[in-house]
Amino acid sequence: MMPGPGRRGPRGGHHTPGPPGLIGTGDKPRHFKESFKRLVRSLRPERVLIVVVIALTIVSVACQIAAPKIMAGATDDIFAGVMSRQINGYAGDSWTKEQVVAQLEATGETDMAKMLAEMELRPGQGVNFASVNRVLLIVVAVYLLSALLAWLQGFLMAGIVQRTAYKLRRDVDDKIALLPLKYFDSHARGDILSRLTNDIDNIQQTMQQVLMQIIQSILTLIGVLAMMFWISPLLALISLIVLPVSAVIAIVIAKRSQKQFARQWDRTGDVNGHVEEMFTGHNIVKTFGRQQEAIDTFDQHNDGLYEASFKAQFISGIIMPATFFVSNLNYVAVCVLGGLRVANGTMSLGDVQAFIQYVHQFGQPISQVASVANVMQSAVASAERVFELLDEEEESADPLPPVVLEQAAGHIVMRDVSFRYVADTPLIENLNVEVLPGQTVAIVGPTGAGKTTLVNLLMRFYEIDEGSITIDGVDTRDMSRDGLRRLFGMVLQDAWLFSGSIQDNIAYGKEDATWDEIQAAAEAAHVHHFARTLPDGYETVVEDDSTNISQGERQLLTIARAFLADPQILILDEATSSVDTRTEVLIQRAMARLLKGRTSFIIAHRLSTIREADVILVMNEGDIVEQGTHHELLCRKGFYYDLYNSQFAEALEEAC
Amino acid sequence: MTRLLITYLKPYWKEITVVFFLVLVRAVTNLYLPTLNADIINDGVAKGDTGYIWEVGGYMLLVTLLQVICTIIGTYLGAKAAMAFGRDVRSAFFRKVESLSQGEINRFGAPSLITRSTNDVQQIQMVVAIGLSLMLFAPMMLIGGLFMALRQDAPLSLTLAVILPLMIISLGLIIWRALPWFRSMQVKIDRLNQVMREQLSGVRVIRAFARTDYEARRFERANAELTEVGLRVMRLFAIMFPTLFGIMNFSTIAIMWYGAIRIDSLEMPIGNLTAFIAYVMQILMSIMMASMLASFIPRASAAGTRVQEVIDVEPGIVDPANPVMIPSLAGEARGVVEFKDVEFRYPGAEEAVLTNVNFTARPGQTTAIVGSTGSGKSTLISLIPRLYDVTSGSITIDGVDVRDMDRSDLWSHIGFVPQKAFLFSGTVASNLRYGDEKATDEELWRALEVAQAAEFVRAMPAGLEEPIMQGGTNVSGGQRQRLAIARALVKRAEINVFDDSLSALDFKTDSMLRAALKREITNATMFVVAQRISSIMHAEQIIVLDEGTIAGLGTHDELMETCKTYQEIVYSQLSAEEAA
Repeated sequence: MMPGPGRRGPRGGHHTPGPPGLIGTGDKPRHFKESFKRLVRSLRPERVLIVVVIALTIVSVACQIAAPKIMAGATDDIFAGVMSRQINGYAGDSWTKEQVVAQLEATGETDMAKMLAEMELRPGQGVNFASVNRVLLIVVAVYLLSALLAWLQGFLMAGIVQRTAYKLRRDVDDKIALLPLKYFDSHARGDILSRLTNDIDNIQQTMQQVLMQIIQSILTLIGVLAMMFWISPLLALISLIVLPVSAVIAIVIAKRSQKQFARQWDRTGDVNGHVEEMFTGHNIVKTFGRQQEAIDTFDQHNDGLYEASFKAQFISGIIMPATFFVSNLNYVAVCVLGGLRVANGTMSLGDVQAFIQYVHQFGQPISQVASVANVMQSAVASAERVFELLDEEEESADPLPPVVLEQAAGHIVMRDVSFRYVADTPLIENLNVEVLPGQTVAIVGPTGAGKTTLVNLLMRFYEIDEGSITIDGVDTRDMSRDGLRRLFGMVLQDAWLFSGSIQDNIAYGKEDATWDEIQAAAEAAHVHHFARTLPDGYETVVEDDSTNISQGERQLLTIARAFLADPQILILDEATSSVDTRTEVLIQRAMARLLKGRTSFIIAHRLSTIREADVILVMNEGDIVEQGTHHELLCRKGFYYDLYNSQFAEALEEAC
Repeated sequence: MTRLLITYLKPYWKEITVVFFLVLVRAVTNLYLPTLNADIINDGVAKGDTGYIWEVGGYMLLVTLLQVICTIIGTYLGAKAAMAFGRDVRSAFFRKVESLSQGEINRFGAPSLITRSTNDVQQIQMVVAIGLSLMLFAPMMLIGGLFMALRQDAPLSLTLAVILPLMIISLGLIIWRALPWFRSMQVKIDRLNQVMREQLSGVRVIRAFARTDYEARRFERANAELTEVGLRVMRLFAIMFPTLFGIMNFSTIAIMWYGAIRIDSLEMPIGNLTAFIAYVMQILMSIMMASMLASFIPRASAAGTRVQEVIDVEPGIVDPANPVMIPSLAGEARGVVEFKDVEFRYPGAEEAVLTNVNFTARPGQTTAIVGSTGSGKSTLISLIPRLYDVTSGSITIDGVDVRDMDRSDLWSHIGFVPQKAFLFSGTVASNLRYGDEKATDEELWRALEVAQAAEFVRAMPAGLEEPIMQGGTNVSGGQRQRLAIARALVKRAEINVFDDSLSALDFKTDSMLRAALKREITNATMFVVAQRISSIMHAEQIIVLDEGTIAGLGTHDELMETCKTYQEIVYSQLSAEEAA
């Protein structure tokens, strides 16, 4: 079992690096049976190959089991040769075996006589090499066959496992595309990622190792036991006592150590959490003078971790010597009893040697089978987490056939719209808005007022509960989601880039965009200039978390993307993030150019934008509390007036 | 990694010596058993001496018992030493990081430090644990096995001259082929992760641009590539095991064949053949074990280097030997902060972040700092609590250079609100009391009122006792900022530093907070860094930073007259009449 370096994803934290195969993750599946069955079902497309693999395994194991017994023939031949020479002392070359035995009995060496009576003696001739070589050749053939079959079995199994894991990962990705946005809001990104990588990886490894191991182990156990009984029922019975003893010891210790491993992971979590907090909040810890306390808490968690991991390490470390001890007891018993039986002729030496080999073969599968339960449990828990994701409720299907709006004027009407994220807390109630083609709508309001929700509903990221939203008279639910969203262009506050060149990132706005179109969009969004100053120009690779371009430049890139997409309706989220003044000016200019001639919604933070808007929607607590132009709203002296007043008292007098 | 091991294993040298000795006993007993078995065959079975068989059998039992006892004690001490080693390294690591300045931490990055202190230490600790049991055991078994095999029959040991190189070469070949594949597999896993992470973080954009199919294709490619490499690795393993076990099996056959000749010519007793085979198996097993365990080492060694790197950092900022206290001037206003010819550059940087910064901030006044990104605003204020040290010039508080003060004393005078509002796991109250453990509930509420946080805290089901999750993820960005402000206010420090701490607040809350601050804090020195001009328009003193130098200093009205950079910033945010 070679440890695969780096087989874990970046968040491979929750898996146990304990002794391989012995300890599971400590995760317990909630519905073991159902999930297990489903995991088995996922192997169905491979069932023919699996049958082949099992058949190969049976033959391969049978070969391995048969080999020592065949080899025993060679040992017996050699032993017989030795004895043949030894009896030379008191027998002539021409004596037959019967004569030798009779002679021995006559001199009172009954034990020796009994032993020799069972042997192929050729007095005075030594080892029968023809016979030894024949036996050894057969063993060579058997081992070769066994190795070949084992290789073939592993080769096929690799395919089965990899294909199954591939399909699982693909299913997860397909699923991601069908999940409503709600799901992503309520589930941590790391958690979804971990299911895709760690969990599927865990399933894959378990399938690769454990599945074959368990088949092999069980077959080996049965086969070895059969051979043992065939050779010597008495010795086999003794070994059979060892089986449960060893299994019980392994299981008892494994259970205890699992508890300790679980504790170790808890403690690791404590240390991790504390370290993470203290390192990220370093300046606060310092300037608030809490370093000593931080160190004390750390020591406490660290000691706890030491305590738990020491116990886990020790207890799990005992399993091997303990089972080893039991199997050594067995070994000694076989040596002694076997020796005695050879001496009185009821067993051949070759058989004893074969039996000793079987005893060795016997010990391993026992501890393996004992550990399989744990590992299986962890794999099924992983499978359950993957299935859970695959079972999440999907977005409703697009209508068939969808209404297609090739060119929208941008006349948007929201009628009696109600929406809630959580069933019993209404967020938007009876919302009515009409936007005429080409109008600029500014959405303002305090944080958490529901500005983003409005956008989410427009683009059908969420489904409205009541009412309707129409574009040029077409209900958005009668269009396909992709068709609807193609009408929109969106520039969000956190400018999302994917890993790829600047050119690719702009081209994201339109499939099959030509180089000229890309360049035109880049120029319109003031990207052209800074892209040219980068080392690789448009080919410079950026990543979502990369630092080679600034926040403002990222923003410009997403504007360029929207330019290229050339949508009829625009959604802009004005940035308040740290952007330097000069870039800020560029962004404003680019946005202004983008707005021209399009119906647009702006989540506005800048008062200058708000003042120039055709309609201002003032939102508070999920509701549009006021609607109108800047001038109208100011003179109404309502919520907007307060909002504005709090900001610019002086400027107010002139406005009204 | 060696230095790390020597330093932190030294305290446990007694345990390790005992473990070493116990492993030796274990190896010797393990090697002794086949010899006893040979004795049973040679002197017991072949001679029909049943009494001898019983005697040796009992002896074998004792040896087995000794072995299990040694193993268990060895495991106990080994586990203890290895885990204590891990604990000590973690502890040294944590203490070191706590003594570093923010700049030194940034050199590694907090996420990297977290991985180093937990995962990396775990890796090394694991190798130490394995090393103390199996890695010592394997070479002992190898040497002992060779020795015993030679003793059984030297000419027969010639077979080893063929078997051992064969085993080592095939193992080497397989590992040599597998390693690059493992690396490539890691790259593919990272790639798959990246694509998925992007799909998750960009889900809105992907759907807005209707590019789901494109993303599916990207994922498909990454998935297929990972599967392909995985398949190659697994198939290599499929060859590996039959090969290795094949070599072991054929070794047995070869020994049987050659052994038969030796026995026939009466040069070797038959029992030795059985023992010899047992020893060869042990030798081969120990080689396999050692090579597989050795594959842990490169990873652990890399981890060790990463840990040692941090432990080796010499903190650049240390407390003075004879700290000076701020003189207590009874009755007089305290907290006068003076920057004199301050220059600051990051270590190794060509250009200074700040040059020639001169100004004085007085109690009861607000000093605002504005400027574009990268102009050095945050750096400037982090010099006050000595998160960095000036490279030339000086910063004094009431005439005392901050470098002459004990840092814990210095910090007790400063209320600091960082750019990224950071809350600790606990409750609202435990966070607020971070600066003053003895603050009463009334004092907390008062700070919350000022920070415009009282309303939402009151609305929380448990009020002050409402739990806060790690990083404060269960409250919104704006709430987090307000709680961080309240936390600084509870401290009632003479100097308050707000590093762009109002950015997530809407206009209304922003202005109410500022008004409340003005009322509440009448005799403290305030530093405010801001992006929004409206937030700082009314400050007594505004410092305009441009590329690390002071481009203007004065009130809003003065700067509107004199400072071009200030005007530029103002006009980018406000219309002309708003700025007036």
